[in-house]
Amino acid sequence: MSAPTSSSRATITLNGLSLGASQLWGSVRLVPLLRDQPIEDLRLSPQCWGGPTAVSLPDHTTYSAFIPHAFVASWSHDNTPVASLGTQLAHASTSKTNNQHFQVRLAHRMAKRERQRGVAVPRLRFLPLHTAFEAYLALHFAGPDVLRREYSAQVLSSGLSPRVEMVTPGAWLPGLEEALRVFEIRDGQVGVLLFVADAFAGAFVVPHPEDYRRLHRTLLTDCYGELVYCYACLYDGAAALVRPFRAENIGSIADLRVELARARADWTAQLHNMAGGLFEQEVHMQHVYRLGKHYRLHRFLPEFRLKTENHIGELISGRDGETAYLKTFRLSEAQVRRGYLLSVLARHDWDLDAAAKAMNTDKLELCKRLERAGFGELLRAHLRRAVS
Amino acid sequence: MTARESMSARLLELEREDLLSFINAALACTGQDEFYGDATGQALSIGFFHEYVLGNYRRMYAHCLAAGINDFNRTKIIFNLLTTSAGVSAPDRHEEGQLIAAALPELPPPRVYRLFEALVHRRVNNRRTRKIVSDYLAGRRDPQLHALKYRRRVAKIAAHFHLRLDAEQSAVLFDIGRLRRYETPLFETFRRAHYEKRAIYELPYTVAEGLAARHRIPRETFVRGIAPRMTTRERLRLQSSAAALGVDAVAETELSRHSLTRLAIYFLSLPIRERTNRFEQLDAAMTAAARHILRHATAKLGRVALVADNSYSATGSGQKRRRPLALALATHYLLSAAATELTTHWTSPITSLAELRPRGHTDLATPILDALAQRPDLLIAVSDGYDNDPPGAAAEVVRVFRARLDPEGAVTMIHLSPSYDAGSYAVKSIHPAMHSLGIRDVEGVPTLLSFVRFASGSAKLHELQAYLEACAHDLLTREARAR
Repeated sequence: MSAPTSSSRATITLNGLSLGASQLWGSVRLVPLLRDQPIEDLRLSPQCWGGPTAVSLPDHTTYSAFIPHAFVASWSHDNTPVASLGTQLAHASTSKTNNQHFQVRLAHRMAKRERQRGVAVPRLRFLPLHTAFEAYLALHFAGPDVLRREYSAQVLSSGLSPRVEMVTPGAWLPGLEEALRVFEIRDGQVGVLLFVADAFAGAFVVPHPEDYRRLHRTLLTDCYGELVYCYACLYDGAAALVRPFRAENIGSIADLRVELARARADWTAQLHNMAGGLFEQEVHMQHVYRLGKHYRLHRFLPEFRLKTENHIGELISGRDGETAYLKTFRLSEAQVRRGYLLSVLARHDWDLDAAAKAMNTDKLELCKRLERAGFGELLRAHLRRAVS
Repeated sequence: MTARESMSARLLELEREDLLSFINAALACTGQDEFYGDATGQALSIGFFHEYVLGNYRRMYAHCLAAGINDFNRTKIIFNLLTTSAGVSAPDRHEEGQLIAAALPELPPPRVYRLFEALVHRRVNNRRTRKIVSDYLAGRRDPQLHALKYRRRVAKIAAHFHLRLDAEQSAVLFDIGRLRRYETPLFETFRRAHYEKRAIYELPYTVAEGLAARHRIPRETFVRGIAPRMTTRERLRLQSSAAALGVDAVAETELSRHSLTRLAIYFLSLPIRERTNRFEQLDAAMTAAARHILRHATAKLGRVALVADNSYSATGSGQKRRRPLALALATHYLLSAAATELTTHWTSPITSLAELRPRGHTDLATPILDALAQRPDLLIAVSDGYDNDPPGAAAEVVRVFRARLDPEGAVTMIHLSPSYDAGSYAVKSIHPAMHSLGIRDVEGVPTLLSFVRFASGSAKLHELQAYLEACAHDLLTREARAR
């Protein structure tokens, strides 16, 4: 696991952003996020890969995943506007890799400063969402740090390796592609909140409206959790959410205008509430990289509360805490349970009895839960026999 | 009212609704891709609708041919009538035949030949159809040109329907080498063009194109040589690709010969810089085309407000490229000529028409409010009816305005929609108080405005039937006069 440089508690906010009215197509609801003043000195561009990728990490572990694309962030040191990286390069690399289906791309680190002829340029290549996935997968990856008899020799010597999680690519979600096609991108739009059958699936924010236009379709190559996939398959519509006007007091066109403005405000508030799962959860923020003077790339993990929404993700914050970039992923129930079990165990020094007490249960029940969550390998054989 | 009476009243009401929504669908739908729907769904939906109306109200179905619906649906009606003639009484069949014969010459020839070809494939060959086909072909102003231009199709049709052809026509259609020499000059040129490169340039463009490929003439040389023989529409279509080849001879300077819809589509196809540079010329051409449509109109429309949709969905589809936006633009020009006073409100405001492009979200509520604030006599909205800022707000504005601010209905509100919603068998309406009508070409708008009273639901079934019969009567007399 790459060592976190610092970890702090925070909440996710949409500083500097406002919500527009949502657009619904089938079961997919997309809520545009607008920025009054676009960020000019930090730009994002896509780099298309489209293939299995193995990422070597600084601590000699390897992270292998299907990573369809990377983002390249460019910034300036003196607040002057920067142009986002040309797309021709990216297209050229796509056509090249398309012929090489079985090649596994090797990427070095989740976030890496780009170099031209050995000289560092103000550009950072990072793997969207995977920066956060890695944090989740590497959660207490080293295993028990106290030698306890309940744990198997395997986990004591080599930790939780390998840790595997499943996600669904956006292209598999029925209706998402069509919804992205018919979505009318607004002027000044820099991001989107995505709902499937009115379950909040994730947020995506970029610094500049032009970046958003270019990256809009990458939502299709992103990863989504199990719940989002199930909802997309099960439902082919969502509530129209029309807010009727209160007609009693309207006596003139001016009144009608006021009522329209009120309806808009109510809409925005309601949409914000619908995405509350992300904005109300407390997260552990981890610093990943510093981009220039003002921008910081962080990734975050939730508290792992059961039976609530839990989002992981990454963000770049700018001046005055403005959200320059944000990408989140909603964990599935099983993933939340796994995160919860590991974090409770770690909080109690991997003492099964203490952890069980904290969970209001007994040791045997905790072992059962570990077994069901897929962590059976953690326990010694006699414990596994006892619970089976 | 007894149960039986109420039942029959309900049936009459049902028939009125069915006919109205059918005509409305047939005004807009062309079975092509739309922004919010694909061609398969559209074709399925409109195909079902045709069969339903044909099965239940066959006589009115035939009369719809005259109701100003679009060419795609007129062709479809003719095809359906001709393929299902069994069991129709003799007078009805006679009337249908007359309507079909009158409607065919008003359709573009390529569509008619495609229709005949479809009949061939369906193996329809009865006396009535044979007569209709041979009358149509005999009535062409330029039968030789058609024999060449649509050679393969006409050959197929002639063989299937056993049409009587003279020796030269038959030789041209089936075996050009059969005769050594043709008396008809066009046929003779066509024969020569098989051997002589120079003769190609005396042929119409579409006929020459294939022969040029056979002679391996470079495209640039061919376009330069054939330019004088091109029709105005071919010029309009080919001028930019010809300019890319360095051929200026194709440039279309005489814009006044084109229809308003076509000019609007052409205008939007130009890059913004060229639009700005040539704006005066294009503007004048579109204004003139609008006046041409209204040349027989007697009364002006009064104070009109237009709400026009230039959101991203006005892009249309690959098959209907920017057509929704072009219709909004064309309606703007038409209404400027038709109204004493016009104010136009775009969904995302523009400073000049030259900058018009489909972009952004659809906020219909604000422009409708702006338009209503001026208390016009007539409010026309040209939009696909999908609003999303916030969704349903336009409907609420219309509802509250009608309920609270204008209960007497002083402002007539009409919604013209260029896209057909396959799932609901109708054009997507904004609110019932705003009558929705389909639209394919802006040239049909004056007819549409006379049709509004039926869409509003105030007219009874017999009035609608009388209207359709009057339309059919008009069509037949028009045709008789043309002969």
